[in-house]
Amino acid sequence: MKIFYHIGRYFILLSRVFSKPEKSIIYRNRFFEEVNSLGIGSLGIVAIISVFMGAVITIQAAFGFESPWIPLYAVGLATRDSIVLEFSPAIVSLILAGKVGSSIAGEIGTMRVTEQIDAMEIMGVNSAAYLILPKILAFMFILPFLIIISMFLAMIGGLVFGVLTGAVTPHQFLYGIQYDFRPYNVFYALVKVVVFAFIITSVSSYHGYYTKGGALEVGRSSTKAVVYSSIVLLFFDLLLTQLLLA
Amino acid sequence: MIEAINLNKSFGNKQVLKNFSFKFEKGKPNLIIGESGTGKSVLLKSMVGLLELDSGEVLYSGRDFLKMNFKEKKLIRKEIGMLFQGGALFDSMTIEENVVFPLSLFTDKSAEEKRERANSCLQRVNLENVNKLYPSEISGGMKKRVAIARAISMEPEYLFCDEPNSGLDPKTSILIDELINDLTYELNITTIVITHDMNSVLEIGDHIAFLYKGEKCWEGNKQEILHTDNKELNDFVYATKFLRNFKDKLK
Ligand SMILES: Nc1ncnc2c1ncn2[C@@H]1O[C@H](COP(=O)(O)OP(=O)(O)OP(=O)(O)O)[C@@H](O)[C@H]1O
Ligand SMILES: [Mg+2]
Repeated sequence: MKIFYHIGRYFILLSRVFSKPEKSIIYRNRFFEEVNSLGIGSLGIVAIISVFMGAVITIQAAFGFESPWIPLYAVGLATRDSIVLEFSPAIVSLILAGKVGSSIAGEIGTMRVTEQIDAMEIMGVNSAAYLILPKILAFMFILPFLIIISMFLAMIGGLVFGVLTGAVTPHQFLYGIQYDFRPYNVFYALVKVVVFAFIITSVSSYHGYYTKGGALEVGRSSTKAVVYSSIVLLFFDLLLTQLLLA
Repeated sequence: MIEAINLNKSFGNKQVLKNFSFKFEKGKPNLIIGESGTGKSVLLKSMVGLLELDSGEVLYSGRDFLKMNFKEKKLIRKEIGMLFQGGALFDSMTIEENVVFPLSLFTDKSAEEKRERANSCLQRVNLENVNKLYPSEISGGMKKRVAIARAISMEPEYLFCDEPNSGLDPKTSILIDELINDLTYELNITTIVITHDMNSVLEIGDHIAFLYKGEKCWEGNKQEILHTDNKELNDFVYATKFLRNFKDKLK
């Protein structure tokens, strides 16, 4: 029954997060700060993961397709579809759930246990909105860009490593990537990603905001933030795939 | 003036505050003293609404805080400055930003005016050239002073201080006490100070409540506290052997 308690409290927190802000200019500044720290700060890890992921997918596809009946450009096509449909939006988001989720829960949790949140409340600040709203909006705004970059880099990774290992020729790969391309798939991926961004930031903020105790509990909250945001994320991945693709 | 009437608060089946009543007077520091764990911080947090009381009334100049709706509480909170036991400075902001923070959210002052106000508050607590530093870069005593500067930046009517001098050397403690004392008289505000430091009590204890196991079991001032025959309070005041011997000799 504990789960209902958490879900209820989560939505109560959200209602506070989305209540009218005190002063919009302050929130605008906070938004850009968060775009910078959550978004730009994640660029490096997204780039590295994407290049390697693309390379591995390409090599695996080439390995699986070693049959005279399948044209070689299919490697490019398979790589593209796996990246666009699942690997970039879901896997990269999952990894960011680890990075962003733990940092959000750690930051807000520390503010809670060192009474910084109480200090805000005493001043009459809506601490939930001040701390959480900019994070949610910033990540929902920036994550789609990160994912587009990820898709792009993953295909470059696939091309470079596919060619270097002799799995495909550049011409076949590029042809495959463009073959029967459906823009709707990218749209579908980006819709998913916006939802994921909301899940990661709100679930992690929830765990940080209701931290009780000391440093040990802040660590626990970070762990919970990552675990629960990942689980909820995967559940919505399934749900949205069914809704948007089926 | 703040009036606390019959405050009760428990966590689970552990009653922390028992029928606490006290009049916190305007224009002088009101001290709450007592051993560690008697519920002093809980009392303070309950009075400002960070913890929910089980029963009782808290009257801010006659206005019952607990009966207020969310909006009215928010208005009262703008009249409250609070100093937390751990300082509670925002560690992602510089010292200046900490002091400016409430001003940015609740006033329409220009950046220049805000900086001036922050500087005058920091000067008032004898801090200079720290504006651009982060809380992690200054000492514990300085943090307390920054917290005081932040608490007074909005010109509060009510100032709550939770152990403003814990963890400080006796000399710095006295400086902080004097600062709080002077500010209280200067601004003519209602100040509540929690402490278990006898030095502070003797320095600024014009109006004292002694809390013992969640109950107020004595009230008075610094002259009276040395000559009380309340047993618990005596144990608290004359905690060391040295002081007990000293007292016996005086007799
Ligand atoms: N959130 C809470 N949940 C449960 N019990 C609590 C909570 N906060 C405080 N208590 C209990 O209430 C009692 C009083 O705590 P409080 O923090 O008010 O002590 P204190 O008088 O401020 O002590 P100190 O001088 O050490 O700060 C303690 O026994 C503590 O265990
Ligand atoms: Mg305390």
